[in-house]
Amino acid sequence: MIPLSWYLLFAAALFCIGLFGVLSRKNAVAILMGIELMLNAVNVNLIAFWRYLAPAGIAGQAFAIMVFAVAAAEVAVGLALIISVYRRRDTVAADEIDMLKW
Amino acid sequence: MATETLIWLLPLPPILAFFLIVLFTNRSKWFSHTIAVGAALLSWLGSMIVFIRAVQTEHLGQHPFESSIPWLATGDTFLKIGVLVDPLAAVTLFFVAWTVLMIFIYSVGYNNFGQPKGDHDKPGLPPHGATATDNQGHNHAVLSIEPMYSRFFAFIGLFAFGMYTLVVSDNLLTLFVGWEIMGLCSYLLIGFWFQKPSARAAAIKAFITTRVGDVFMLLGVAYLYSETNTLSFREIFTPENLIRLAEKPSVLPILGLSTAGLIGVLLFIGTIGKSAQWPLHVWLPDAMEGPTPVSAMIHAATMVSAGVYMVIRMFPLLSAGMENGQLTAAMQLMAVIGSFTALFAATIAVAQNDIKRVLAYSTISQLGFMIAALGIGAYVAAAFHLVTHAFFKALLFLGSGSVIHGMEHGVLHTGNHHVDPQDMYNMGGLRKKMPVTFWTFLIGGFALSGFPLVTAGFWSKDEILADAFGHHHWVVFGTLALAALLTAFYTMRQITLTFLGEPRTEEARHAHETPWTMLLPLVVLAVFAVTFGWVGIPEDFMGLRLPPNWFHEFVGGTLLEHPEKLTFNWLPLLTSLFVALGGLSLGWVVYIKVKAGMGDPLAKPLGRVYGWMKNKWYHDQVYDTLFIKPAYWISEQFTYLFMDRKVIDGFLHLFARLTPWIGKGLREKIDLPVINGVIGDGSARVTQYFGRRLKFVQTGKVQQYMLAALVFTFATLVYFLFTLRP
Repeated sequence: MIPLSWYLLFAAALFCIGLFGVLSRKNAVAILMGIELMLNAVNVNLIAFWRYLAPAGIAGQAFAIMVFAVAAAEVAVGLALIISVYRRRDTVAADEIDMLKW
Repeated sequence: MATETLIWLLPLPPILAFFLIVLFTNRSKWFSHTIAVGAALLSWLGSMIVFIRAVQTEHLGQHPFESSIPWLATGDTFLKIGVLVDPLAAVTLFFVAWTVLMIFIYSVGYNNFGQPKGDHDKPGLPPHGATATDNQGHNHAVLSIEPMYSRFFAFIGLFAFGMYTLVVSDNLLTLFVGWEIMGLCSYLLIGFWFQKPSARAAAIKAFITTRVGDVFMLLGVAYLYSETNTLSFREIFTPENLIRLAEKPSVLPILGLSTAGLIGVLLFIGTIGKSAQWPLHVWLPDAMEGPTPVSAMIHAATMVSAGVYMVIRMFPLLSAGMENGQLTAAMQLMAVIGSFTALFAATIAVAQNDIKRVLAYSTISQLGFMIAALGIGAYVAAAFHLVTHAFFKALLFLGSGSVIHGMEHGVLHTGNHHVDPQDMYNMGGLRKKMPVTFWTFLIGGFALSGFPLVTAGFWSKDEILADAFGHHHWVVFGTLALAALLTAFYTMRQITLTFLGEPRTEEARHAHETPWTMLLPLVVLAVFAVTFGWVGIPEDFMGLRLPPNWFHEFVGGTLLEHPEKLTFNWLPLLTSLFVALGGLSLGWVVYIKVKAGMGDPLAKPLGRVYGWMKNKWYHDQVYDTLFIKPAYWISEQFTYLFMDRKVIDGFLHLFARLTPWIGKGLREKIDLPVINGVIGDGSARVTQYFGRRLKFVQTGKVQQYMLAALVFTFATLVYFLFTLRP
């Protein structure tokens, strides 16, 4: 059986990729995608811990499903915001959306 | 019903009547008097049941009816509220219930219930009469109803509550509460006709004079409480307590008084005020300004008796330390004040012309008898005279009210309003016009004079004299005998001037007997004025073998140590026979021939002494000079002109000037530079400075924020990883 640490390493890698995407990409949509990756890395962690440490309960699965639901909602809101910004400002580049600047 | 429960309920009906009348029925005169008389009847009924049960109980003195509950918490202890009916309270309850009920009934007639409204009567003035038209169309002047009829019954209801509370209470505190409620009612009822300036002045005088006594009494109560930690009679009067109080010197190192002595003297000063003893007697004669039922109830039968009742109650304390017939200091004081008052007030009564004032001084004098009796240790005799006096003095007052009513009838008939219906020199020959009033008044008067063998006053007064004689208190005996002589004299003078001879004025000729509501109480009280004396006949009277002296057995049982009986002696008996009969016949001889327009036959032979007696030995004038004028002077010169205008106003003006000065200083030195400059403006400037410097952090670029957050998270993580490692 694959040891738990492999899953953790995988999840960490996935999280870092997502984080890099969020920090480096200009396109707001791409940033959203990075966030999705990070959330899924968390999900991998939850499932892996559940499976290896507490397989009797259902807390891990329940949390994972909760994260799915939150992620879906977050994407819906995020995309709606991005579309709204695009309609007004003709751009989806994150560093151009800086109306809250000093 | 359990007797204790019944005793708790006794004071209740009158206070309920008070509230009902004040709140609901004050518009309806019929309802008001029905409620008040009904309440008095209920209390009377309860009192009689309690009295009968008390009489039937063996050794009531050792095992009285008592019941109490904690009332006010004072630190670790409770002041208790409770009821106690021992033999003394039982007999007091008996006469209080009877006199109160009778006077309530009398008040219905006295306040002219059933008569028309007055033509120009005003609230706060006595009714002046109305005009009524009869069947033939003739106009008659008739008596008119009291305008404040309901208020009168409300007040006497409240008063009855106070009296019942005082009688049944088992401790000094509730006794004092009842005492003060009665003081208030006395004030309200003396000033009942408040539009008369004399009534107002009399009310204030009564209130302030009794207040003097009450302050000392309260001091005594407080001192007693601090010494014994209780105010309940039964707990105070334990032998250990009494011995301790009698042996411990008092806080005030005067006259070598013991603690018991000082407390006794303080409490007795309360009695001096309440029972109108010299030198605080001046309020009682003026209190006659009130309606006559009030004079009868408050100022003869119950409230002034309450003062004597209180000292009789406290007798174990007053006599604590008495050995071999050696009187304690408090008792000596009582003997002196009492016998002096008895004689002194009797001399004044001889020279008064107002029918009620004679009775007022007579009340003072008789209360003096009781105080003197208690002072020489004649406990039972004092209680006996208290009860008999309440009956015959209430009777006399109600009789005088009836006479005044009859005279007012005559005044209305003739229309001459300058005739004073209370002046005995305007009366005469009323026995034919008012037979019932005459006969009952005669019985009351004879009881007051101590007419031998039949009347109650004879037995009680004789017992006091016999006691003084038997214990060799010659001065007290002599003084009281002389006072008794004067008592018989002025009583016969009053009866003769009022009822005998021929009418001296047209008004007296047209006087008229009063309605049955006023006559019934007279008859009932007259019965008691005779019969109540029979319960206290000494068994070896005149060497006979009579049934045991019930009153002595019963009331004497209140004390821990049953007072011993006197052996019969002929001398005091002969003395009291002589003074009573001598005084009565002298009064008849001197006054029977008084004709209209004649002055007092005594004025000439007595000369200046008569003037002094008539002017009450100038007490009012002396007090005016000694206390009232200086009080006015101090209020005017010191309090108003110096204290108020100079000192207090000076302070105020000083503050008025000081305040703006301080305010200006504070504003210029503290508010402007420190508060505004440093704290207000300074904090704003600091905030602004940092805002300017730090605003560049806010780039509006979400990824930069994210990065910053990441860096901090990372740094925090690293920090915790290195510091928290075990």
